Amino acid sequence: MKRQIAIYGKGGIGKSTTTQNTVAALADNGKNVMVVGCDPKADSTRLLLHGLCQKTVLDTLRDEGDDIELDEILKPGFGGTKCVESGGPEPGVGCAGRGIITSINLLEQLGAYTDDLDYVFYDVLGDVVCGGFAMPIREGKAEEIYIVASGELMALYAANNISKGIQKYAKNGKVRLGGIICNSRNVDNEHALLKAFAEEIGSQLIYFVPRDNLVQRAEIHKKTVIDFDPESNQAQEYRNLAAAIDGNTHFVIPKPMAQERLEELMMEHGFLGAM
Amino acid sequence: MVIGVIVMLECIPRKAIDHTVGKINPAKTCQPLGAMYAALGINRCLPHSHGSQGCCAYHRMALTRHFREQVLASSSSFTEGASVFGGAANLKTSIKNIFEIYNPDIIAVHTTCLSETIGDDLSTIIKQSEVPEGKVVIHANTPSYQGSHITGFSNMCRGIVSYLAESDGTQKKNRVNIIPGFVNPGDVREIRRIVEEMGVESVIFPDTSGVLDAPLTSRYEQYPDGGSRVEDIRDSGNSKLTLSLGSFASDAAASLLQEKCGVPGIPLKLPIGLKATDALIMALKEAFGVAVPRSLEIERGQVIDTLIDTHHHYQGRTVAVFGDPDTVIALTEFLLTMGMVPKYIITGTPGSLFEKQIWEMLAEVGLTDCRVKADADLLDLQLWIRESPVDLLIGTTHGKYIARAEDIPLVRVGFPIFDRAVHPLMPIVGYRGCLRLIEQISNTLLERRDRDSTDEDFELVL
Repeated sequence: MKRQIAIYGKGGIGKSTTTQNTVAALADNGKNVMVVGCDPKADSTRLLLHGLCQKTVLDTLRDEGDDIELDEILKPGFGGTKCVESGGPEPGVGCAGRGIITSINLLEQLGAYTDDLDYVFYDVLGDVVCGGFAMPIREGKAEEIYIVASGELMALYAANNISKGIQKYAKNGKVRLGGIICNSRNVDNEHALLKAFAEEIGSQLIYFVPRDNLVQRAEIHKKTVIDFDPESNQAQEYRNLAAAIDGNTHFVIPKPMAQERLEELMMEHGFLGAM
Repeated sequence: MVIGVIVMLECIPRKAIDHTVGKINPAKTCQPLGAMYAALGINRCLPHSHGSQGCCAYHRMALTRHFREQVLASSSSFTEGASVFGGAANLKTSIKNIFEIYNPDIIAVHTTCLSETIGDDLSTIIKQSEVPEGKVVIHANTPSYQGSHITGFSNMCRGIVSYLAESDGTQKKNRVNIIPGFVNPGDVREIRRIVEEMGVESVIFPDTSGVLDAPLTSRYEQYPDGGSRVEDIRDSGNSKLTLSLGSFASDAAASLLQEKCGVPGIPLKLPIGLKATDALIMALKEAFGVAVPRSLEIERGQVIDTLIDTHHHYQGRTVAVFGDPDTVIALTEFLLTMGMVPKYIITGTPGSLFEKQIWEMLAEVGLTDCRVKADADLLDLQLWIRESPVDLLIGTTHGKYIARAEDIPLVRVGFPIFDRAVHPLMPIVGYRGCLRLIEQISNTLLERRDRDSTDEDFELVL
């Protein structure tokens, strides 16, 4: 049975980079993975496809109407991964959320969710800002969520806020939080802070990905680290993250904290710990 | 306004033009209408429109105009607040109020453009709602900006199966499920009669007979007797076979029934015309090992006799047909049986299957000089007629302006028919339906002949 995983987190935190590197590691390990980019910017599969997806689901829909073949939108990427970008309207117009609903419905209709898939990853933009961006965690879709965060207050604030959304959906469905992934920003005492945060909301810090400029170099070459420099330490870090997700059994309904408590936690670990 | 429409239709371009953006004089309406109609086919069901009030009012009005019956449905009554914060609170309150005040057995919720764009997650909201013991709330997603009222009908049929149908895992009962598609209540009655004559037990859903053709009695009943009963639909998962009549409206529900409850499904055309009615009867005969009764053989024989007696009235005459895909596909087949030439065939509902099926039938009789289009509008049809006219137009009330502007007789078939009455009670399915279609078509052509003939050609006997 395939596992469907949604990745959320603050904008710019490195969701897409982390997702693609993890997916690359899983694919490298023989897993059959589909990645669904749920961001109008359509940059969730750039590293797997070695360049931006030329035509998103919504582009295809706009240009060619409803009669779409699956291979027009499902592109093969690194290691046999299957890549889809929902796409969306240009900034400032239309409704990106509806775009996500439309593309995921279309994928379903076209039979993209085949039984031979081991994993489906949804890389979702920034916050759960509207019903459309919660589509990947509706019933019958992703049942596992990972939040990418760092030791910065706003990243944790966003992670806490996303937990509220998950809590709401988890009450009636099967969606659970699988853990927090730290994409390190080299903030003081980051590991301890993230661990404390994750545990406070009832979850776990599933993996701490250290900062390494190799990631940026690989990105410039439109590749994941696994693809660009498979022998590097950073590639091993992503393999470890992939293994942690693959073996994860700790799934919870998160208990988001009040804003005051979040700030207290920052004081305890972030600043005080650094003194 | 009417004068405006006719002047406008007379002023359209002389030659066919490609218009790719938007529809001009559409040959369809939106999804929730179909969902509402399907919901009315459940006994003691109140359809509920999850959106602003205007949607609900429009669909109720359209259905009332066609059936000349009251159509009750409720609305989530979205305001500005619901558009921003989502419609969950409105729906929960609606469900509570509806069960308290209107007391249906089941509420069938369909969405609208607005709630779909907001992204309301109906399954979750319904789970969170207070539903009294023994009552049910089901839903279907019906964004109007996708497909047509037929898509909405199909989505609600699928929703009915998804929420209600169950299999208890025991041996299947010797009974057939029939999903009759978007047809009039008179058609559902006729389909039921045929199945009964064959001696096969059935569950038919959605069944709008007894709801939208209910008799006038001395007592007002908010929920008339008709419609498929919830417990029968539940038990449909234990039937031996499902016949889905019309791919566009019924196949989705039938295939879910197969997937969910292991009831095999056979897709058939709507039983309009000789061949499609034969196919329905033969499917029942083969699956249940019953004999075709003499009564049906007589009816079939009458159709053949009538075709022979009347063929010179319509043989070789050209027709333009428009309407809902399942109706048009079966109707085209019958027009070919009658020896007519369906020159232009369109539906407003998208789907390449339509064109494929029609072309296959045309190819079988060697017709190539025809035009077929799904996802088309009535401007397409009118422009084709301008280029090269036809003898007869068959379709809904919306065709009357074209009929007048182009001076072609119109036979009214399908949905909606707002300007004639009684049709919802008169079946066009089955062998009796064949007779009705032959009568309508030949009478219309003969009326026209009488109108146009000079005094010396004005015949007593035709």
